Amino acid sequence: MTEPDREGPPPAVRLAGISKRFGAVQANRDVALEVAAGSIHGIIGENGAGKSTLVSILYGFYEADEGRIEIAGQKAVIRSSADAIGHGIGMVHQHFMLVPTFTVLENVMLGAEGGALLARGRAETRAELLRLSATYGLEVDPDALVGDLPVGLQQRVEILKALRRGARILILDEPTGVLTPDETDRLFEILRGLRREGVTVLLITHKLREIMAVTDRVSVMRRGEMVAHRETAATTREDLAELMVGRKVLLEVPRVETAPGAVALRADGLTWRDARGVARLKEVSLELREGEILGVAGVSGNGQSELLDLLSGIEGVQEGRIAIGPRAIDRAHPADPSEMRAMGVAHVPEDRHRRGLVLPFEAQENAVLGYHHGPATGSGQLLDLGALGAHCATLMRRFDVRPANPRLRASGFSGGNQQKLVLAREIEQAPRILLVGQPTRGVDIGAIEFIHTRLLEMKKAGAAILLVSVELDEIMALSDRIAVMNAGRIEGVLTRAEATPHRLSLLMAGVREGEAA
Amino acid sequence: MTELWIDALRILDGSLRLATPLILCAMAGLVSERAGVIDIGLEGKMLAAAFAAAAVASLTGSPWAGMAAALGVAVALALLHGFACITHRGEQIISGVAINILASGGTVVAGIALFRQGGQTPPLMAGERFRPIRLPGAEALADIPVLGPLYAELVSGHTLPVYLAVLSVPLIAWLLGRTTFGLRLRATGEMPLAVDSAGLSVAVIRYRAVVIAGLLCGLAGVFLSTAHGAGFVREMSAGKGFIALAAMIFGKWRPWPVFGACLLFGFLETAAARLQGVTLPLIGPAPVELILLLPYIATVVLLAGFFGRAVPPRALGVPYRKER
Repeated sequence: MTEPDREGPPPAVRLAGISKRFGAVQANRDVALEVAAGSIHGIIGENGAGKSTLVSILYGFYEADEGRIEIAGQKAVIRSSADAIGHGIGMVHQHFMLVPTFTVLENVMLGAEGGALLARGRAETRAELLRLSATYGLEVDPDALVGDLPVGLQQRVEILKALRRGARILILDEPTGVLTPDETDRLFEILRGLRREGVTVLLITHKLREIMAVTDRVSVMRRGEMVAHRETAATTREDLAELMVGRKVLLEVPRVETAPGAVALRADGLTWRDARGVARLKEVSLELREGEILGVAGVSGNGQSELLDLLSGIEGVQEGRIAIGPRAIDRAHPADPSEMRAMGVAHVPEDRHRRGLVLPFEAQENAVLGYHHGPATGSGQLLDLGALGAHCATLMRRFDVRPANPRLRASGFSGGNQQKLVLAREIEQAPRILLVGQPTRGVDIGAIEFIHTRLLEMKKAGAAILLVSVELDEIMALSDRIAVMNAGRIEGVLTRAEATPHRLSLLMAGVREGEAA
Repeated sequence: MTELWIDALRILDGSLRLATPLILCAMAGLVSERAGVIDIGLEGKMLAAAFAAAAVASLTGSPWAGMAAALGVAVALALLHGFACITHRGEQIISGVAINILASGGTVVAGIALFRQGGQTPPLMAGERFRPIRLPGAEALADIPVLGPLYAELVSGHTLPVYLAVLSVPLIAWLLGRTTFGLRLRATGEMPLAVDSAGLSVAVIRYRAVVIAGLLCGLAGVFLSTAHGAGFVREMSAGKGFIALAAMIFGKWRPWPVFGACLLFGFLETAAARLQGVTLPLIGPAPVELILLLPYIATVVLLAGFFGRAVPPRALGVPYRKER
């Protein structure tokens, strides 16, 4: 991509020969990158491709083992975040670096207070905040507590923080993971505004749609290496996906049409409060039929996790009831997860590290968790290690878990393979009802294709599947009906034909049908 | 009426004196914990400082030399805690407990080696101690009704560490709330990642907090052996460092409420001492043990979340690990 005699200003960022190794893992190998000043440049790649490592090197979180960094044509040595800030680089992290108990103003000031006492810096920062808000359309109340703000606004605070420090190069690491589609559009508007003012934006993402929507150029990473640079206008999603994975992939698994059968699970008026008395679920009712996938969409933290907890028996029902066949579960008649399992309810938890697996345990032990009284573990009180290993090897073969080593600790597998192991454990029980939370979070495209195919096979075989996901693409690709949650309520249920991104977005934001002008 | 007023003032005066080591240690704990470092070792630092103050004052004849030694020893222990917890990301409670044990044993061993009096230091002469300071005009104003005795009995006549303890409260409140250092310190205790990504060093900020805690604990030790007492006695801190921790939690890690908690604890202790052997109407002999128990019951009730929640700094006790 280098054109040595090109006219105009030097690139905002030029990286050459960047390598970084963590123990046995080569996270970046001889990476080169050139980002034109005043452009929006995307870096795309699967999880573990080395994108985050690369920008962490640029922002001074890691030091490269080898390589050269140039900022605006000048060689730069970046050993710490302070160095990066000094070079006009700002970063909006995937997980916000904000102090929740501080106000917006205090968060923006932190590290750039302007003197030993706060009073003067406070006044100056406030004036500067108002100016930046007006210039870039980043309205936010300087005196609001950050912990009280919705994530979309918290993200704005992060951007303001970077701009306040004079950032001319803004790195955003997976910025849309927590946003609704409409909030994402707002963010992209802001990024275009920044570009207009001459700010260079580096957007790290694994979502093809975002690259196509907002970037000028895109660089693709795979397994620690930079494999291609493209003008966004001159490429396609399919082209990029192939570059990311290294082979042709189906971005959308062919649909399987089935006629929904009998109601397998019915929830009526579920209201649930957490230990602090905050209502996390409010009168949630739904029906789940055999041979259908019911998608539950929503920004994370709007009650989806609690719904899964109740339906899987992890938390007890407080108000309302759940009916599975003849069994009615309510406050007076609770059911624990093992009873749920016995009734044919399998659960693939949202957080596989905390609930799906015991990371320090071997794969073969993880492969029977929850079913450890079953035949796979042997009889009586002693584990039959041979049987465990054989059972796990079978699961690994059927679900293409790599490396296929039953004795390897769960923590030794990649995210995609961990997820396949959890799915294998649950699906192999041939459940009547499958509850799935975020099945492809942190999972690479190749494995996504595989997981989606297995879920559709389950549906075809007549299972009732409840799919909770924050990835709208996933919900749209798999679901027959879509329930949208906001603030603990189901705001509406749409069939797939009715569900446009815009309609879903309105429901996710809590605007009900008919209210939208 | 005047008698009663003077009696009340004397109780308050005693409360303030008994609260002094609590205030200093609680402020120390507050600074350390608001930066995210648990400090169970308040007790040990205070005890070691008390020994150093008395020993050096006894050897040199100067309370000021004793104070310098006390501050030095307490800061050294604080740095040891920092080295274990900040640099090496050790378990903070264990490190604090180790410092307490080290101080408890070390002071006695050093005391026997130096003075051969069973772990005590020799009694300190008047010139080797901090004496009560008569504030100007205390005598002259004493006859003015109400305010006179207040000034003479309560405000005047304390030793230097008592005044420093009271001064430390607005000072710490100002430091945390109004200065850049305070903002960074509080951010470190809540969200160290934010501090790091702002280009600041979490370790440097935490070390500074820990050193401030050391200085304050050192002053508490000075008070015990060379101002309130006249010499070091083994285990003379008698759990005050832990009571200070309770006061810090009771005051929800905020300077003025913590100060109030310390005064309350000091008052209850004074009241219990005064009521020893007194028979109260209806109740009979004063339940002294019960009165002494009140602060702890109150702390447990508070921690259980019955009235208002005490929310500790979010990153409290969590070592900060920066990937490299």
